[in-house]
Amino acid sequence: MSIDLSQFFDVFFEESFEGLDAMEAELLNLEPGKEDSETINTIFRAAHSIKGGSGTFGFVSVSDFTHVLETLLDQIRDGQRTLTAEHVNLLLKSVDCVRGLLGALQAEEEPDLSESNELKARFEAILGGESAEEAEGEPQEDTTQALQSTTYQIDFKPEPHLFKTGNEPLYMFSELAELGQLEVTAFHDGIPDFLEFDPEDCFLHWRFFLTTSKPEQAISEIFEWVEDDADIKIEACGGLFEDDTNTTEEINTSEAADLPDSSAVAEVSAPEIKAEASPKADENIAAVQKKVESAKNTKKSADSTATSIRVGIDKVDSLINMVGELVITQAMLSQIGDQEITESSIAALQEGLTQLAHNTRDLQENVMRIRMLPISFVFSRFPRLVRDTSQKLNKQVELKLVGEQTELDKTVMEKLSDPMVHLVRNSLDHGLETPEERIANGKDPVGTVTLNAFHQGGNIVIEIMDDGKGLDTEKIRSKAITNGLISESDDLSVEEVNELIFMPGFSTADSVSDISGRGVGMDVVRRNIQALNGSVEVTSKQGVGSTFTIRLPLTLAILDGQLVQVATHTYIIPLISIVESLQIDISKVSKVGKGLEVLRLRDEYIPILRLYDIFSHQGAREELDKTLLVVVESDNYKIGLLVDDLLAQQQVVIKSLEANYQKVDGISGATILGDGTVSLIIDISGLIKLSGLRRPGSTELLVDLKGEEAEPV
Amino acid sequence: MKKILAVDDSASMRQMVGFTLKKAGFDVTEAKDGSEALNLAKQQGFDAVISDVNMPVMDGITLIRELRSLPNYKFTPLLMLTTESGLDKKSEGKAAGATGWIVKPFNPDQLLAVLKKVIR
Repeated sequence: MSIDLSQFFDVFFEESFEGLDAMEAELLNLEPGKEDSETINTIFRAAHSIKGGSGTFGFVSVSDFTHVLETLLDQIRDGQRTLTAEHVNLLLKSVDCVRGLLGALQAEEEPDLSESNELKARFEAILGGESAEEAEGEPQEDTTQALQSTTYQIDFKPEPHLFKTGNEPLYMFSELAELGQLEVTAFHDGIPDFLEFDPEDCFLHWRFFLTTSKPEQAISEIFEWVEDDADIKIEACGGLFEDDTNTTEEINTSEAADLPDSSAVAEVSAPEIKAEASPKADENIAAVQKKVESAKNTKKSADSTATSIRVGIDKVDSLINMVGELVITQAMLSQIGDQEITESSIAALQEGLTQLAHNTRDLQENVMRIRMLPISFVFSRFPRLVRDTSQKLNKQVELKLVGEQTELDKTVMEKLSDPMVHLVRNSLDHGLETPEERIANGKDPVGTVTLNAFHQGGNIVIEIMDDGKGLDTEKIRSKAITNGLISESDDLSVEEVNELIFMPGFSTADSVSDISGRGVGMDVVRRNIQALNGSVEVTSKQGVGSTFTIRLPLTLAILDGQLVQVATHTYIIPLISIVESLQIDISKVSKVGKGLEVLRLRDEYIPILRLYDIFSHQGAREELDKTLLVVVESDNYKIGLLVDDLLAQQQVVIKSLEANYQKVDGISGATILGDGTVSLIIDISGLIKLSGLRRPGSTELLVDLKGEEAEPV
Repeated sequence: MKKILAVDDSASMRQMVGFTLKKAGFDVTEAKDGSEALNLAKQQGFDAVISDVNMPVMDGITLIRELRSLPNYKFTPLLMLTTESGLDKKSEGKAAGATGWIVKPFNPDQLLAVLKKVIR
């Protein structure tokens, strides 16, 4: 049977990568001397599965390498060897190595074996060369097979319990028959009296004469599974040579003479069987190679980023349930549509539409849930990172992960990883002190870095906390002055100073270290997070620690929007950024420099942005008292957007403007409304930039009149 | 159609075994660990069970022991998948009631050839 193994490759790669992640996580949990057997077992199982799979699917480089891994783990598991820190380090390196090998294989490239060979040699050194010997001593095909047929007498006397092992003698016999010429005699002398007869037991025994060119091993293999459950005797009792000069084999001539017919058969069948046997293996290899090649050709442009996600069956079930509901509603509506329109049918129609809206919303929420994955997918890479980094820095660090089950959209998660790595590295490198410094400051020599994730409203909040020395405000200030970001005279609060670390081209590290500060600054972190509609802030107390807080929307695909009208156009403002909407009290509007209007709202001054002005629309209402002001908040600043009217609130599906048109300043995307028209979604922070409200290089809005009275209009 | 229960925690192996056996004309049910397999085996009858040894929750040896103690599986072929380094597992499996073993890695042809010993 020919089965194309390549169809299982994707699943194999996916589960192997998962296995490697699990191995890595468990390895990091291991403390030599304190290892528990379940952890070792999990690691072993992962290595074992990868080895088994790679062997089966023909990835020899991986299976060879994982074999030594597995051997070592097996010895540790059985208590033959004690786990050392060196083992853990080596195993961690191997995880990376196997990941590399598999990655190359997945991309259909030739894997680089230099690292794996080196690691393998080190494992073999630990194992004392055992595995090298083992590899040599691995079962080899019997090549000494002589070109001759031998007749064997086989006595097979099973124990009564044979059937209860699940073995079937009849199948064994037919296998024997496949080896050559077979003669069978069954003996039933062991069958007891009826009263003692147990129908579940085996009382028969057999004698066979088999003439075959196969080695004796082939026969014993057939009985391999019942060796201990039966009395089996295999004796070579004679044979016929096809090569007359070979006389080393013991021959019982009388027996052989008794079987003239079988020898004739054997002569014919022997070369056939041999011819079939050995090229078969080559064929298999050739077939596999061919398949790999053909796979290469067809998937030349295989995109390794095309990933899949695993979805719990409960999520799929609830989806199917929803779709079922939807179908029922649709059936109901079409039934109403078929009827004559009457007053009562209109009521039923409305009811049906309400239900449809309800169903659609449920379905949408559930589909979104499919994309949601626990943040542990990102968190899980940090134990390793922290371990490696802290070793490099000679710092003692404990990593705490909180809220690992908090769910987050997969796309957001992928983009979140890099900024988080940067922030964690930063905490380790700049935040935490060395053990000596910590002891001198009366702190626990072991520093703590905590990753905390939780949901807050429609956002996910991720905190990266360290109990290190905190941000050095003075240093930041003087550095900012040197870099010309602020001037000597600027009187900034601690928070404002701390904000400066997110400015482009800012780095306080005295020397650029290997760990962080390799040119990628905090500004990039902030930019990346803002690109996800998120924000990042820092709070810090000198000597106590720092906390970086990342806030992100749960998903990038859907947004709760407020539809607003500007002239004849409909825009969408993300509901989450709206603080309030109000009619303007003209008496509270003041004009400040450059003709900017501000509204005094309670104790704050809100700059007014006229949307029609920014987007150059004609025919909008311009009188402040006839329009509405939508107060929105972004990056901790409030601004007011002047709109003609507020329309409905609805969930909108975000379509990328960049993918379909081009990037437009002040607009984060577009959506299609119920009536089919395209509506643009306003990007608040982009809008602030566009309006020129913010001084370049400053976090302050041009208008910040706190505590200072503005001139009335 | 003979029914076979294939048990392995590795999805790719499960798929490969399942696919091979289905092509060979068997009705195949898959389970991801011993405990899931045991529940399935109790609910429906199988003509043979092929199980991996190293699995989470319930390993293959325990599964075989549990199955063999069920009246319906007294005579059923129960095969375990082992790697050559796990050969010492064979005697353990045997004691638990396994019918035989299949050495990993194997290709589909080898699987069918071995299976022929106990189920046709």
